[in-house]
This record gives sequence, structure tokens and C-alpha cells, in this order.
Amino acid sequence: MNPDNGIDLAGILGQAATMAQDVTFQSVRGWKAQHENAKAIGYFPVYTPVELIHAAGALPVGLNGAGDQLDIQHADARFGSFICSIVKTTMELALTGHLEPLDGMLFHSICDSARNLCFVYKRHFAENLYVDFLHLPHNPSSVASQEFLVSEYRRLKKNLENLTNRTVTDQDIRLAIKVYNENRRALSDLYRYRQEEPHMLPTAELYVLQRAGNFMPVEEHTQWLKAVRQALPNRPMKRRDSIRVVVEGSFCEQPPIGFIKILEGAGCYVVDDDFLLGKRWFTEDVPIGDDPIHDLAESYVQRSVYSSVRHDWRKPRFLGLVEKVKAGKADAVVFCLAKFCEPAFFDYVLFKRELEKEGIPHLLIEFEEKMFTFDRARTEIETFVESLLFE
Amino acid sequence: MAPAQKSEYRGYVHQMQKTLMVNWYERLGESALKGWPPAVCLMVSGNCIELLQAFDVLPIYPEVNALQLAIRHQSLEPIVAAEEIGYASDNCAYVKADIGAYLKGITPTGNKMPTAALILCNFVGCNTYLKWFEHVSAFTGAPMYVLDVPFLRYDKPTADDITYVVKQLKELVGLLEGITHTKFDYDRFKQAVQYSAEVESLWSEIKHLSKHSPSPFDAYFDAITLMGPLYVYRASSVGVDFFRAALQELKERVANGQGVYDEERFRIVVEGPPPYPHFKTFRDMFAKWRACTVASTYSTVGGLWEFGFRHDPENPFESVALHMIENNVTNRNYLQRYAQIERYADEWKADGVIIHFVKSCRLFSAGQGDMRDYFTKVLKRPTLYIESDLEDPRYFSEAQIRNRMDAFFESLEHQKTMANVAGE
Repeated sequence: MNPDNGIDLAGILGQAATMAQDVTFQSVRGWKAQHENAKAIGYFPVYTPVELIHAAGALPVGLNGAGDQLDIQHADARFGSFICSIVKTTMELALTGHLEPLDGMLFHSICDSARNLCFVYKRHFAENLYVDFLHLPHNPSSVASQEFLVSEYRRLKKNLENLTNRTVTDQDIRLAIKVYNENRRALSDLYRYRQEEPHMLPTAELYVLQRAGNFMPVEEHTQWLKAVRQALPNRPMKRRDSIRVVVEGSFCEQPPIGFIKILEGAGCYVVDDDFLLGKRWFTEDVPIGDDPIHDLAESYVQRSVYSSVRHDWRKPRFLGLVEKVKAGKADAVVFCLAKFCEPAFFDYVLFKRELEKEGIPHLLIEFEEKMFTFDRARTEIETFVESLLFE
Repeated sequence: MAPAQKSEYRGYVHQMQKTLMVNWYERLGESALKGWPPAVCLMVSGNCIELLQAFDVLPIYPEVNALQLAIRHQSLEPIVAAEEIGYASDNCAYVKADIGAYLKGITPTGNKMPTAALILCNFVGCNTYLKWFEHVSAFTGAPMYVLDVPFLRYDKPTADDITYVVKQLKELVGLLEGITHTKFDYDRFKQAVQYSAEVESLWSEIKHLSKHSPSPFDAYFDAITLMGPLYVYRASSVGVDFFRAALQELKERVANGQGVYDEERFRIVVEGPPPYPHFKTFRDMFAKWRACTVASTYSTVGGLWEFGFRHDPENPFESVALHMIENNVTNRNYLQRYAQIERYADEWKADGVIIHFVKSCRLFSAGQGDMRDYFTKVLKRPTLYIESDLEDPRYFSEAQIRNRMDAFFESLEHQKTMANVAGE
């Protein structure tokens, strides 16, 4: 306990760091032990309507692969070469029994590998696991998109009701929207604070704090976020010579925490990023009206952040990146792209073209969630930083 | 073992399809020169050519352009050009070849290609399509419309899925009216759908001919030859005439007992696209063993008709929607593909399954190791898994693939011999 403000900042960050990397899901097991017959529903990145899971009395559990915590012994043979690591580790988690606390698993229309993974899951695990695929629409310019998404969410609600054996009311969903709005606001506060005072909140800490939210009730997570925000200004932190960067491309598979530390250690203040993007998916609060499913669907279609896995040509996402750079007063963009991630590598081409038009420097680093040596990445980042600091 | 064969069936239909495809490229060239008729870019999978045909709009299929470059050994230069501006070595090489060809002014025939009046991304399962067409739109400045087709999450589409696609098709009608300055003619649309239904019946009948032993054609390599007209001319009388002639020719071959080889020794189901840059080499690996493909999933990319689906002129919008959602392999889920292959193997009486993993295409390939596991361990089917690429000539290890193919067929031969001995 910190006597100055009553908040145990180190304790929270330490717990978050442990939870963020725990592939045994102890916190989920603990929650289920305290909530008799309650269900836990896992979801693959990037975005899922967690409000509906919450409204069904279940615990949403965000899976972002297994990082460097699990050797891939079985999944390689099922997914072969040229497929990203997160698909394999998500398969490996299930094949090795790590997902035993989960009662369901959701996948979405984000990429072809994730799509096929859903059905390989169905073949192997559907007997004991509710496995579903949500089609999140790709044509927001059509008025039909919103109606379709409402129907898709109603389908999901019905399936969750069957699984949890309870009726989900509109009021349940409104309450869920309210608590997730609070959570997103608390996260946004921290992101804003880091942008203003990046030396006060290292990204590696913000990252684990955010990721821990994948494995705990949202209300408790929001309390953590608020407590941390309150405690941060009192920390004895020093400024360093660093450039301000936006990190782009890590929206699905996540780099190792060691990699994020290297990025900062090599001289980058991260002023914005797309790590765990689904947790900060909306540009503003989801409204809470008469028809909350409609509110959720409308928010997805009209008020989502730009993302490599959401397609909205009304405003190309490369314009979104440039806006992000300007809003964050960033000096440069560091693309951290997961090996074999097609959406990220495709977007890189148009992002790069736009950044060069705008005269914004950029660097591309490829990673894998299970990488454990960072020497090459450190050298590349240091060289890049030096070229900007001393130009 | 009998001497190796390299010959393959080359009939009138092959010549005729070549003429049809050359005509199509010439019409595209004219469109580029005169600015009319307008051309629309769309994707092969689950295409809605019927609507374009109703407006006399020319289709541009970037996939067909890309594969034409590959089969003519012209794909590497545009691929490298695309990589030079930032595309990764692991990005789909179809996209790289198409974008690189645009940047370098390369076309498959040397004719000019028109700038599309509309980039119509008929999204049926393949997420790369979305990126591909976003990039074409970004580079050419042409407007884009994404026709979002819900993925087939269950065995059948929901009523909401169909409503969603129909509404978008009607939005597309408005866009096509704007491009062509022509009012939509519902009867012409119905006529186009009627032509498609006739072509689909003919094509389906052709595909069932390979149930004969010997099969009168190879349902992978020869089917690919027939697929071009299927996409470009399906909704027209030209398509009906072509497929009627093709069916007649193939029926005559059945009547005369003519197969692809002198003696059909193995009947194979192939999963996955072919390695177009090494198409002939790959085919020769089958021919060496007189192995005839009797069914293939790749030949159902444009549409899956051999199990009964037809466009319906009485419900034209709904049937186009059903085609896009349910009746093409790319929008069907992965386990439905397992079932499709299994059905082929059973009903077409195949000796084995060859799975061709292509680096470019995650839609086809992600999970094919699991597919192999299912066919070998659960179904006890002889199954071979090989890897290369459909567009990039650098990803083809000829010696390795040949060794694996030879070993597979030797094993099949051994099994047949043992079965014969046991039966004597």
C-alpha cells in the first residue's frame, strides 16, 4: 500500500503483469468458482460485442494468443507454414486443455486464417465448447449493414441465452453498455495521460494493465484503471531523450512485453498504439437508448475506430493513421507487424505511401509473439531514433 | 510401370475457350480505347455477372489477369515491382502481380486494360479481396463498392443473410444505372439469370461425366480451361452455346470410351488452386502416373453447381444472393469443404486426395494440415499434402514436389496391387 494516496500502484501493476501472461487462466477459474453455473466466453481478436456476453451473466475472456508462454507442439502440423503464430497458439491452447475454464469461443470475419481456425475448433471441440462465428459487416456505406448486424447480434444473444439458461433483457444490455462505456473511458483517460506525459506511464505498464482486463470482471478492471490514473502523477519518473511515436499494426497478435520494453528503451515514447484495439473500439460512448442491440450495432457501423480488419472506404484508414500522428504530435510511426499477418502487411503499403506524402518518418519491425531475442529489433529502432534525434 | 505420358486431352472446347477469352480481352481493349462500354472490376468467387450482363457492362477479373500472367511465365516482374513499393514477400501474390502489372502497364495479352468505372468488391469469404480492391481503388482512383456477403456460418444461410445481400444488390443496380446511363431492365436481368441457369445445368452435367471411368476430362486441369468462359460468359447465350458444345464433345468421348490417358490408373480429388507458373510441370507429374483428377474444389470457386443449385429467373435477386452466400466454395465454411471433398471421393470413386497448400491463399490453405489429419486418420483415405504457390514462380520446389507425388502414387499402386492379390 502506498501511504501517500492509498493506492498500491506497484501491486496493481504487478498483478496485471502476472494476469496478462497467465495461460492457465487462474483469474477466470477463480471467478467461476465464485459464480455457480456461470459461463466464461472466450473471444478471438480484434473486436467482439462483450456487452452481450456480460448481459448474459457470463465473463468475456479476451484471448490474444499465448505469447511466449506455450510451445507449439501440435498446432503447427494443422496450420502449416506461412500462417501467423496467434492462430497456432490459439489452437495449441485448446489442444492442450488450457481452455478448460471456457464454455464458449467466438470468432469474427477479420481474416482468412482466423475464419478457418473457427471451424477447425468446431471440428475438435464443439462437443464441449460453444463455438460461433460473427459476421461483422464490411459495407458500412449501405443502410442494410446496420440492420444485418442487429440480426447478427440477436442471433448471438439467443445462443448465449441458450448457453447460460437465462433470458437477456434490454435492461441487462443497457447496464452492460454502461459499464463498458466506463471502462473504455477509463482506458481513454490513461491513453490521453500517456500522450501528454509519456515518461510517467511506460507503455509496457499500460499494456499489461489493459490486457489484464481480458481476464477479470469489467467493473473491477475499471476500478484498477481509475486507481492507477489517480496514482500516476505522484510517481518519481524522469524524462528521457526520446522521440514520440505511434505504434501501428499490432491489433491482433501481440508482441512480447519484452519487445515493447525494447521499443521504449531504445528511445521511443509511444504516444498512441493499436495494441488490444478491441478494448478501445469506439470513438465515443455507445448510446444507451430504447433498443440497446441497435445502439451496439449502430456504434459498430458508424463510430468504430479505423482498423485493418474493419473495412470502411468512406474514409480510408491511412487517413486515420495520419490524423492519429497529428493528434499525438508524434514524430514518427513504428509499424510493429506480426509475421504472416496479411491485413497488417497489406495496409502497410497504403499507410507507407500516405506517410511519405505527409513527410512522416516510419520504421517497419516484424515480430512474432513467441520471439525471445530482441537484439536486431533494438539495433534497428536505435538507429531509427538516432536518425531523428540528431538529424 | 508403363512409360510416362505427357499428353493430355486437347479438344475443340479448349480451342473454343481460347477464342472466347481472346475476344473478351479484345473487347476490354476496345473499351480502354473508346471509353465504352464501361468495365467493372469484380472477383471471380461468387460473382454476380448476371447484373453486369443486364447492363452490358464488361467484367474485369483481376484474378484471371493474374493467373494469365502466371501461366504465361510473366508474373515475376510485376510481383517484384509490387514488392519494391512495400508489399511483403508473404502477401498474396495474385494481388502483387495485379498491382505490379498495373504500375508497369503489363497486361496478359498486351492489349490495353480499361480503367474500371467501378471497383465492385464482391466479398465472399476472402478477406484479401477487400484489401486487393481497396488498393486497386487507391491506385486507380476508381470508386469502390463493397458487396458484403455474410459468411456461411451454418449449413444454410439465414433469412437475414439473404435480405442483406439482396438489398445491396439493389444498391448496386443504382450504381450501374449511373455508370451506364441506362435504366435497369428487369426482364434483361431475368434473361441473364436464365442463361446462367442453363449454363449451370450444362456445367454440372459435365462435372458428373467424370464419374465415368475413364473420365473423359481432367476435372482439375481441363476444368480450369473451362472456367474462364464460366465467369465471363455465364449469363449470356454465348456461354450457353459454348457449354452445350463442350458437353456434347465430352459425352462423345464417354460414348467412345476415351479417357484423358490411354489407361486411367488413378482417380484423384484435388483440393486447392494449382501452381499456375508451373502448370504444365505440375500436370505432367499427374500424367506420369496416368492419374486423372475426377473432382476438384478449385473448380467450384466461381460456383458450386454439381450438387443441384441453379440461378432462378423467377427469383433473380434472391438466387443471385444465394449463389453468392451459399454456392461457391470460398464463402462456405471449412468443414463444408471437408464434406465436399469427402462426397467427391465417395461418389466420384477416387483413389486418393491431393491437398495443394498455396502460400498466397490463406482462405484455401490455413488449416489444411487439419484437413489432412481428417482424411488420413478419420476417413482412412490416402492423402498427399504438398506446398507451393499459385502465382509466385519462386515458391515451387520441383524436385521435392515430384518426389512426394511419386512416392504417393507408388504407395497407391502398392495398395491396389495388394488389394488385387487379396481379391484373387
